[in-house]
Amino acid sequence: MAKKNSVIELDEVVVKFAGDSGDGMQLTGDQFSDTSAFIGNDLSTFPDYPSEIRAPQGTVAGVSGFQVHIGHKEVSTPGDQADVLVAMNPAALKANMKWVKDGATIIIDIDNFDNKHYKKAGYVEDPLHDNSLEGYNVVKAPITMLSRNVATSAGLDNKTADKTKNQFVAGLLYWLFNRDIKIGEDFLKQKFMSKPALVKANIAVLHEGYNYAETIEALSTTFHVDPVKGKKGLFRTITGNQATAWGLLAAAEKAGLELYLGSYPITPATEILQEIVKHKHLGAVAFQAEDEIAGISSAIGASFAGKLAATSTSGPGLALKGEAIGLAVMTELPLVIVNVQRGGPSTGLPTKTEQADLLQALYGRNGESPCIVIAASTPANCFNYAFEAAKLSLEHMTPVILLTDSFLANGSELWKIPKMKEMPAIVPPRVEDNAKDFYPYHRDPKRLNRYWAVPGQPGLRHRIGGLEKGDVTGEVSHDPMNHQIMVEHRECKVQKVAEFIPEQEVTGPESGDLLVVGWGGSYGALISAVTDLRDEGKSISLTQFNYINPLPGNTEEVFSRFKKILVCELNMGQFASYLRSKHPRFEYLQYNKIQGLPLFISELKIKFNEVLESI
Amino acid sequence: MATKFEPLSIATKEDFKLGAPVKWCAGCGGHSVLSSVINVLPETGAPKENIVFVSGIGCSSRFPYYINTYGFHSMHGRAMAIASGIKAANPSLSVWIVTGDGDSMAIGGNHFIHIIRRNINVNILLFNNKIYGLTKGQYSPTTPKGSITKTSPEGTIENAFKPGELTMGAQGTFYARTVDSDPKMMREVFAAAAAHKGTSVVEILQNCVIFANQVHKEITGKDVRKDNQIYLKHGEPMIFGKERNRGLMMKCSKMEAVTIGENGITEDDLIVHNAYDVDDTNHYRLVRMELPEFPVAMGVIRAVDSTVFESELYNQVQKAKKESKIKNMDDLMHSGNVFESKG
Ligand code: SF4
Repeated sequence: MAKKNSVIELDEVVVKFAGDSGDGMQLTGDQFSDTSAFIGNDLSTFPDYPSEIRAPQGTVAGVSGFQVHIGHKEVSTPGDQADVLVAMNPAALKANMKWVKDGATIIIDIDNFDNKHYKKAGYVEDPLHDNSLEGYNVVKAPITMLSRNVATSAGLDNKTADKTKNQFVAGLLYWLFNRDIKIGEDFLKQKFMSKPALVKANIAVLHEGYNYAETIEALSTTFHVDPVKGKKGLFRTITGNQATAWGLLAAAEKAGLELYLGSYPITPATEILQEIVKHKHLGAVAFQAEDEIAGISSAIGASFAGKLAATSTSGPGLALKGEAIGLAVMTELPLVIVNVQRGGPSTGLPTKTEQADLLQALYGRNGESPCIVIAASTPANCFNYAFEAAKLSLEHMTPVILLTDSFLANGSELWKIPKMKEMPAIVPPRVEDNAKDFYPYHRDPKRLNRYWAVPGQPGLRHRIGGLEKGDVTGEVSHDPMNHQIMVEHRECKVQKVAEFIPEQEVTGPESGDLLVVGWGGSYGALISAVTDLRDEGKSISLTQFNYINPLPGNTEEVFSRFKKILVCELNMGQFASYLRSKHPRFEYLQYNKIQGLPLFISELKIKFNEVLESI
Repeated sequence: MATKFEPLSIATKEDFKLGAPVKWCAGCGGHSVLSSVINVLPETGAPKENIVFVSGIGCSSRFPYYINTYGFHSMHGRAMAIASGIKAANPSLSVWIVTGDGDSMAIGGNHFIHIIRRNINVNILLFNNKIYGLTKGQYSPTTPKGSITKTSPEGTIENAFKPGELTMGAQGTFYARTVDSDPKMMREVFAAAAAHKGTSVVEILQNCVIFANQVHKEITGKDVRKDNQIYLKHGEPMIFGKERNRGLMMKCSKMEAVTIGENGITEDDLIVHNAYDVDDTNHYRLVRMELPEFPVAMGVIRAVDSTVFESELYNQVQKAKKESKIKNMDDLMHSGNVFESKG
């Protein structure tokens, strides 16, 4: 029966796995991603968790998904729409139809497509017979039945047997994408290492799915995605939150310090805390505080005591930490504040992405309270910007806010593993024991940082605090001129950072019609849309900002080389208004979206073309 | 920078004097607490560079500016959280927190109960003057019900906290009470607090001459203090009174203040104070005693052993360091699923 009669070569493909939370779609997604990484594809993934922890089974609210975008070329986003959708029940189909490309392959578990499930999913008509799936290649596979048969004969009880369904799906996909099934077997052996019965049953079901795919007409065409060319070295997949945690750990090692994280659980930042807590073996300490304020306060204490200190949170937590950030500004202690942005205001959309905390990060404190603000732009470069946040904070002795977002935090991509010896050095301005003439607010003229003397060091006893400090001496001062001087010192110190960061770069021609401006996590969609239009011959370039305060020194000059500037962001125009205040001579067009969703390549292309046509 | 040699010698009280002007009001109870602390620090054995004073906001929280140690004057209510980070960062430091009834019982209430619950090894000096001094006279969570203050012109309608009850409610391992007018008692109690491994809470009944003058006079007044206070000492019978003829005994599982010699009561009938009793039932009784039925309990009321947060934390760190094969970031980044691409 084997009839792999046609193999279609693809540059890229997007697969979406969707089902009930218990269907194991995240695991199948991981398995498929790892297999793709193993054979050398580039990839980007995004999980789509239900917002309620225990939404009823079979309902749209309970659908859990995992999207994987793999490519033979570089892949920058998890993809706007899927080429292949796996829907384990009608709710999964209903929730995902608008995210599927025309003509896509839709694999459904026919065993769950009955009236009972239609009702739960809120279908009025049977979607298999109302023509709504016309034009799609629908594969109706009896996934539950076949998996159960195979798994029970391999010795599992019915309930456990049903948990192997996801391996039937994996088997189908291995066949559909011409993947070596052995890689899938190895994944299972590792996953269920201590449970040989589960390994055996899951492997049997994996093969059953593979064999099933081979025999049915609807899957007579298979796909092939070649490995990426020019990507050499050791790689792993990494999520934004994991990369953030590792970036902080790497900075601590490079600075010769130990990492202290003081945090309170909050979606979508919790994984950073959960990751750091696993690495006590590297000397890292994670303190789960009683609230957001205690999280950052304890980190300030740890910084005073000489650790590389950080706190991680999301928007509502950043609001609570405002006063403490001001204390770190006043006491001029190093501190990294990671804010994984989510939809706001208030509790807002805790599991959805947004970039609307920018102005809060820049200005959300009492008094003149400048912070260095930087933003990561891909899941993997969260590592680099977390490292950079720590480096700037330690070397310039001032708090740094690192902005990531839910999309980066949960998304994963292929990451080339860096070598520690190639990471830049970090040299905190520590004071030697018994240093003569030590004054806590004496400054290094180069960076304007004060020096860091920590309790336990002989000869350096001193007092700091939130009251205004006298210049040099650090003693409490209410003197009017002193306040002016100190406010200016703190501001200049932050602005001077511009001399220590890279220049702003442009992707594409250095000048032209349209400059698309983005910042932070929107990079993947922006670079994809800009590149597509340039391939069509349009005069369009992208500049993505990672350094927000201060802006890179050449920002004005970059802007001056283009006819039009379009600022795209997931808020009502916060970066655009910031740019207007810093570089007022330009006109900033805006593209804003505030739906809890990332930017899509398709919508960006429409907007870019519209602007280009007006030039 | 050039270095000069400063020996790690045993500190004297002169080492802790700053010479800077102390800006509390003349007659404020803070002055005598400060000098008692300075007197006791050399006895604690901690090298002077290892001592850190952390405070929040309020009159009492200016304390770190008046003593020559490492000091951190932080945010209103957050001293406990800052100090927790300092101890978790470096357990070898001797950390003292200075706070007030507003700072620790109101805005910082959450951090107060959680540092105690974790049993982080710090000493908390809680200046209880039952009023907001720095903001000039509003009622605090410890202000007696019915008190007239700037924000309670008709008298407060709120029940007052007893810091000792809160401490034990949070599973506190050490609680002591003392008064600002008794340097000897302060010195003894502070030394015991410093010696205790875990969170030591010392409530100091402190007089604010400006906004709640004599609020504790029933307890601390020269003529009444012997009758109205009982200075508890572990292992000793609970005796008080000018004539040392009053005592505390249990009657039908209730505590009672009695007179020795009356109704055949002898010293042997009195309760012997057991500060080390893990069961906190009697400690609660002592903390709750109020005039006029009872004398007010002073001294170390509770001091029990328990695990200390930062010791447990570093035990885990040491164990992980010993057992893990991953010794550095390069190891970590190459662990697990790594793919080689030959491009
Ligand atoms: S206002 Fe009261 S507590 Fe504050 S310094 Fe003056 S006397 Fe002391």
